[in-house]
Order: sequence, then C-alpha cells, then structure tokens
Amino acid sequence: MSDKKPISSVNDFVVRFANVNGSGSASANEMFARAILRHGVPVSPRNIFPSNIQGLPTWYEVRVTEAGHLGARGGVDMMVAMNPQTWDKDVAGIEPGGYLFYDSTKPMPSTKFRDDITVIGVPLTAITNSTYTDPRQRQLFKNIIYLGALSALLDMDPKLIEQLIGEQYKGKEKLLSSNVHALHLGRDWALSNLKCPIGLRVKKSDKVGDRIFIEGNSAAALGAVYGGATVCAWYPITPSSSVAEAFTAHCKKYRHDPETGKAKYAIVQGEDELASIGIVIGASWNGARAFTATSGPGISLMTEFIGLSYFAEIPAVIMNIQRAGPSTGMPTRTQQCDIIACAYASHGDTKHVLLFPEDPAEAFEFAAAAFDLAERLQTTIFLMLDLDIGMNHRLCRPLKWDDARQYDRGKIMTAEMLEEGRDFGRYLDVDGDGIPYRTYPGTHPTKGSYFTRGTSRDRYARYSEEGTVYADNMQRLVRKFETAQDLVPRPLQANAERPTKYGVIYFGSTSPAMDEAIGLLEARGHQLDRLRIRAFPFHSSVASFLAEHDFVYVVEQNRDSQLRQLIVNENGIDPVRLVPIVHYDGTPITARFIAKAIGDHQDHLKVTPLRKAVS
Amino acid sequence: MTYIAKPKFHHPGLKKNALGYTHRDYEGKISTLCAGCGHDSITASIIEACYELSIEPHRVAKISGIGCSSKTPDYFLGNSHGFNSVHGRMPSVLTGANLANRDLIYLGVSGDGDSASIGFGQFAHSIRRGVNMTYIVENNGVYGLTKGQFSATADRGSKSKKGVTNTDNAIDLVAIALQLGATFVARSFSGDKSQLVPLIAAAIGHKGASFIDVISPCIAFNNHAGSTKSFDYVREHNDAVNRLDVLVGRDPIAVDYAPGTVQVVEQHDGSKIALRKIEADYDPHDRLGAQTFLARHAAKGQIVTGLLYVDPEAEDLHEHLNTVETPLNALEADALCPGSAVLDKINASLR
Repeated sequence: MSDKKPISSVNDFVVRFANVNGSGSASANEMFARAILRHGVPVSPRNIFPSNIQGLPTWYEVRVTEAGHLGARGGVDMMVAMNPQTWDKDVAGIEPGGYLFYDSTKPMPSTKFRDDITVIGVPLTAITNSTYTDPRQRQLFKNIIYLGALSALLDMDPKLIEQLIGEQYKGKEKLLSSNVHALHLGRDWALSNLKCPIGLRVKKSDKVGDRIFIEGNSAAALGAVYGGATVCAWYPITPSSSVAEAFTAHCKKYRHDPETGKAKYAIVQGEDELASIGIVIGASWNGARAFTATSGPGISLMTEFIGLSYFAEIPAVIMNIQRAGPSTGMPTRTQQCDIIACAYASHGDTKHVLLFPEDPAEAFEFAAAAFDLAERLQTTIFLMLDLDIGMNHRLCRPLKWDDARQYDRGKIMTAEMLEEGRDFGRYLDVDGDGIPYRTYPGTHPTKGSYFTRGTSRDRYARYSEEGTVYADNMQRLVRKFETAQDLVPRPLQANAERPTKYGVIYFGSTSPAMDEAIGLLEARGHQLDRLRIRAFPFHSSVASFLAEHDFVYVVEQNRDSQLRQLIVNENGIDPVRLVPIVHYDGTPITARFIAKAIGDHQDHLKVTPLRKAVS
Repeated sequence: MTYIAKPKFHHPGLKKNALGYTHRDYEGKISTLCAGCGHDSITASIIEACYELSIEPHRVAKISGIGCSSKTPDYFLGNSHGFNSVHGRMPSVLTGANLANRDLIYLGVSGDGDSASIGFGQFAHSIRRGVNMTYIVENNGVYGLTKGQFSATADRGSKSKKGVTNTDNAIDLVAIALQLGATFVARSFSGDKSQLVPLIAAAIGHKGASFIDVISPCIAFNNHAGSTKSFDYVREHNDAVNRLDVLVGRDPIAVDYAPGTVQVVEQHDGSKIALRKIEADYDPHDRLGAQTFLARHAAKGQIVTGLLYVDPEAEDLHEHLNTVETPLNALEADALCPGSAVLDKINASLR
C-alpha cells in the first residue's frame, strides 16, 4: 500500500470532486459542504467549472476548516475522481498520503494509481445499476450514493444529511425517501466493505455560529432589493448572470403589491450591455434607482455611457463580477483585473467610485450603499465583485438591516423649493462639495427644467464651448470626487503585534487568504501591518499608511498590479516602496502563495525575522 | 455662438389652448440648424401638436441621441426636461426613463444615422418591447453634422454631394417597424405640416410603441441632384451643385395635396420625390396589408406617407412587466425594502 503514512486530520482538510459538467453532481456536492456545516465545522467550497454546459470537466472543492480559513488552500487531501477524462491529472494532484475515492465497477490497471496514497474503490455504477433502471435516475442517484459512502469514510452524522435532504425535498415525499434510500445504499456499502473512518474525519464542533452560507451574487442582488433598486437591466454574461437572476427571484418574493399583485420593480434583459446601461442611465435620470450587472467585456462596451454618467452627472450602479481577461479571457475563472478599466472608464478625464466587498455580507451592504452613493454623488458607482465571491457559497456574518434607515436620494430640488424661488442651476455648486442639485423630469410647469447632454455646458446647463466654462465644470467634478472620499467605506487597518516598517494592502476576495497568510508569516517571524482597501477614491488613511511604512506589499489578483498602479497614480508616491504581489492564473489566491511571495521578498530585503534576532 | 436666448415677450392676443398656454409656451431655444432645414419644420409640427393636444409642457420628456436631429429637442418644449444622450442610444435611455415614471409622455427624437446605423439594434428592440413612446426619425438620408456621408436610409444608386454613388441597399425603417410589431406606424414629410401635425398628435395619444419616419431634406448636404432620399427615376437630374460653405436661407418646402393621389414634390435643389398619400379606403389596422402596400409602392419608386398601421388596443412594456400604477421613481423605502424581520428569515434559511 502506501509508501507514505496516510494523512490524519480532523476538521482540517480539502476534498475535491472531479465531475463531468451536466451530470447532476453539483447539488450532491453542495449537500456535502452543507452537511459539514451542520456539524458546526466551517467549510469554504469553490466551483471550478468550464465555459460549457455539458461534457467538459468540472470540479468542486471543499475546504473543511475548523480554524475558519475561508480562502482557497491549495492541494487536495481527498480526490473524489468521478471523471475519467481528468483521471491522470486528478490522481497526480493528490497530496502525498492523501486519499483517492473512485468508482471501482470497472477494474483499473495498477499503473493508474499511486503508491503514496490510499485508494478507496466503491463500485458506484454496479450499485446504481442493480438498484435503478432509468438512466437519469442512475446518473443522479450515483451522486447521492457517493455522498453516502463519503459520510461513512469521513465519520459524518447521517442524520444531519437526512435533515438536509428533508429540507430540500420538503413536500416531495417520493423524492425525499428515494434520496435518503440512495444515501444509505452508499453508506451501508462503505460500512460493510471498507475500513471506516479513514484518517480524514469530521467531528462535531461549534465554530459556525450564526453565520450564513450564501453566494456573493445573491447577496448583492438582495442588497439591491433592500437598497431600493426598482429598475434592473442586464445582458447575460458569466459570472454575473446570477445577480440578475437572484434579483428577479428576490423581487418575486418581496416586491409584489400584496393587494394588486403588481410588481414594484422592472427587469429588462437588454439586447446587449449598451442597452442595459442605457436603460439604467435613463431610469436614474428620471429618479428611479437602477442597476446593471456585468463582467469585463460588458464594462468595455458600456464605457461611453459611463463617461456620460460622469460628465452629465447621472447616477448609475454597475455590479462588475470580474473574471479573467483580457478579451474573452477565461470566462469562468476569477481575477481582480478591471480595477483600472473601471476607475478611469471612458474617454476624456474621468474617475469613478469603486467599492470592493470582501465577501457576500459586504456585497449586500455595499450594494445597498451603492444606490445611496450613486444618488448622493450623481455618478456611476461600481460594485467590484469577482467570480470567487460571486459564484461560490461563502460563510459570512448574517445580513443586517436597520429598519430606521431611509434612502439618501441626494440633492433633489422639488417643486416646492422651486416655488420658493430657489436658484436652480443644474451644475451649480451651491454647497461647495461639488455636488449640484438636480430636478426630476416633470417637476414644475415653468421652473427647473433643463437639457441634459454629454456636451459641455455652463452652470445653468446651457450649451457652451467656452474654455473657462468647461474648465470650471471639470474642476467642480474634481471637488465632487474629493467629497466622495469621505462618503465611501473607509479602509480597515489591522496592526501587527509589534511595530513594523512593513505593511500590506489588499482588497476584495483576497481577504480570507490574506488573513490566513498573516498567521503563516508571523510563524516565520514576519510582522506586517494590514490595510484592507474597501473603496476608490482612496481615503486619506491610505496615504498615511504608506507614509508610516518603508515597504508596502500590494496583494492582488491580476498581472499588472492594477491597484498598486492606481495608488501610485493617485498618491504620487515612489513606486519602489510598493511591492507588487500578484496572482493571476485564474484560480483564487491562496494563503500559501501570499506567505511564500511576501516571505521570500522579506528574505530578499534581508529582513531578519524578529524571532531569530531575539533567539 | 454657444447659447442663444430667445425673447420671452409675445403678442398679448396670442391664442390659448384648453390649458391656457399659448404657442410660445411650447417653444424652446432658437434653432442652431441651417436655415431652411427640414428638421425645423418638424420641430414646428411637434410644437403645434403639443399645443393642440393641450399637453402640460413639463409632462413631456424629450430624449434624443446624437446628430442634427438629436439637437432639436432643445428647440421645442423649453419647459420639458430633455436628454441629448449618446449616439444611437436614445431608445435605451428612453426605455429606462419610461420604466422609472410611467406617467410622463416620452418623445424620442432620432435621425437616420442614429436609428438606422449605429442605433439600429436599439431602435429594433425598443419597438419590439412595446415601450410607450413617440419615436420620430428625422430622416434625411445623410450625416449632416459630419458633412454629408451617406446614411443607411440613403437609396442604392443615389449620389452624394461629392458625387459618390451609394452601392448599399437602403433600410426602410417603416417596413422594419411594422415587422417588429410597432403598434403605430406612420411616415410623413417635414414640409407637409397638415399631415404631420395630426400624425404626431395621434402618435402621442397612442399607448405603445409609435413610430413616425419623417423625410426631412438636408439643405446643406442632400440638396443636389442624384442624391437625397428620392429614387433616381422620379428625380430630375440637375447639374447644379450647392456649395458647401454658402447656405442661403429659404422657406421650408411646403406641400398640401388631396388623399389618394401621387404628388411629385420638388425639393430646394430641383430634385423630385414622389409622395403617395394613402387612399381614403386604406385599412390602417391590417399589419400584413400595410407591409404589402408599402412594398408594392416602394417597387414603383413611390414613398408612401400617412398613417400606415395602428393597433388601438396595444399593450405597452409596463403591462408586459405588470408594474404598479405608482411611478417607480416615487416609491420609497417603506414600499421597497422588505425590512429586518424578513432579512432574519432569509438568514435563517441560509444556515
């Protein structure tokens, strides 16, 4: 058998399922992750899927982590190899001492295995074929059967899985009982034929608490419902489509008038991204809260309208669920690669507000806040998610809403204010914050109308090509962007235990990997202060953080270190002091990667770890 | 010249409409288009139609794209909000605006470049969605603001002012609108106010996607023989060519003719267009019939004008989406936010 001692670990391991896209494995795999959660043990699952509907390989990875490390870990302790296409690569990817679970119905030559892993064969096809005759049933129940076998191997409580099946098939008794039956088919076979449990075990704990398990896209869509979005226009594009689909589902539940049954929302699937953003701009111009959800290629198409939103000062909320670019890139792989494209989107001098949520809970909060910010600042607000947050279930704190909260509709001049004789200049900075008043169309019979245009105009919205008039307006837009600095979510700083000259800046989905990496780096004796940036424009505390440290690592998931470029550009600082740490192969960044990259660089800088200096 | 103020005073005896507004209350800023431009005649017809309908001027939202035609909303309904948006994107902006507030009247003004080329897709999709709007294309077959390039409505074989022959087939927006399910389809001529004013008024009154193609001669760049929007065989060739930099102000073309006849209209430059007015017994409720009629006359080189199709029972996008009667932009947190109790339940379902 094994040359290496089998891995032994309780509540801390990675299981990866290798499946064929379209085989119905997704729901069984998700149930596996949920079942572990029900044991009170945190998990962090990730879909690794192709741009395909049926036939290509797909993986589902579950990191079981009692310590609560929700970033990707790297490495696989147990491979559930259900896809012959990827067998060799899957087997090769198992950590030494790891486990291989496979369908042993057909004998495999010994060359197809490894000596340093534990091989667990379960005749899944034989079991399903002897139990079911319908091909579709065979396919679907095979997934539940391997779930049953795994529950025995990993020492899971079958009652908790049965409970989940009960919740999923509530009211569908036939499906419920047949799923429970399949679960026990697999479980019983494993218990009678295999040594259970193996070295990897799930033990009941209490580390999940009141946290919820939700996808970032669904949370962002819920944030749009709570934030008062009434118009959604979108065009399908991976990985953003599920935002609009979730918004539709949430609205169907929570946004129909109980008496008339009528909808307090309008959702339009546009003919393209141009139409989607056009509809958003039109609706926002007319006083509704509107948003679109898209990804990189959609942002490229929308840029002309984004410039209009900036210059004509029309609110808009764009949720960008980033994927690997450029061009079509890797549509189903994650990156944080649209930072520059969004921050400076469109021709001419433009700057836009970006929000960087770290997880679904922040995606919910920031989505709702985006509508307040858009109306307050009368410009486009980007909610920058990525595939890793958007399309994976993530454990996060429960969503919260204060019922006393009112929407900030921004500076609106009403018919009453116009009647009082208030001076209305659409682009007149009356408060010194760069933000002018606007009127909704149809406000007053004779006062407050104006002509909105993407061409230059004076403070009273009258067309003008005078240089001074143009520059006056452009300077006001700069003032407005400065105002934005104090309205957007501030960076969060966490200092090392001991004072240090080294810092690290990160944002968005890098968060859990970064938190874990800090622990790894501290174990190597490296102390780093952390700053998590949550928005652009950068708050003044970013400049302070840079001033307080000799070297600052900027960790991000793109090739060109785009956030670093933005920091250098906006703060006018020496780029040498900002060290890029980039991960951009389309997989989520890991703690191991960050710790190695920063640790190696610290060594290169000849930083003597404090622990060594002391000892 | 960046902004021209228009004097506000007017004759005290000016006629008033049912709401007590005069004609002047529906006017906008002074046009900056070329003197004699067909578009200005359309502007006048819009003003006339709104005055006659006794619409409250501020209850109209005027939305346009980019180009000569798209500048015109600044020249009418000065008390209405206007939006000169992005080239070819008026339909999406109008759709969004309409979704936000179903109580306003939406007037989309576009040109042939705006709607038949860069915005052809948006034109098509706003029509097929049944957005409640009056969509007017001021169609001169030419890109005016960029000095005379062919547009997609220019007929095959027509010549540009520089003498280039157009080899591409023309798009007939009226035929397309009929095919896409527009519920009010008309064509007119900018110089035919007696026909155009009632058409605009009827389109505004229509609930659903109303489309009017208005042929509107460009006196600067489509004012020469062998070109414009007419078919070659109904046009008399004229060697006289206008000079690019000298524009002489003239009275807009005006025609008035009886129903059921074909009238040859002479344009400023001497070229001619055959205008066929629909017969008195034409049935404007038959979409297929209208398509056939249009095609038959197009083959003869005749441009059919008038109300081609109307579905008085049409539904609009709001009905398709089953939206509430209250404009969406008037709903606040109490109506839109499900609140913390619901959120607690949602949280519980996610554990």
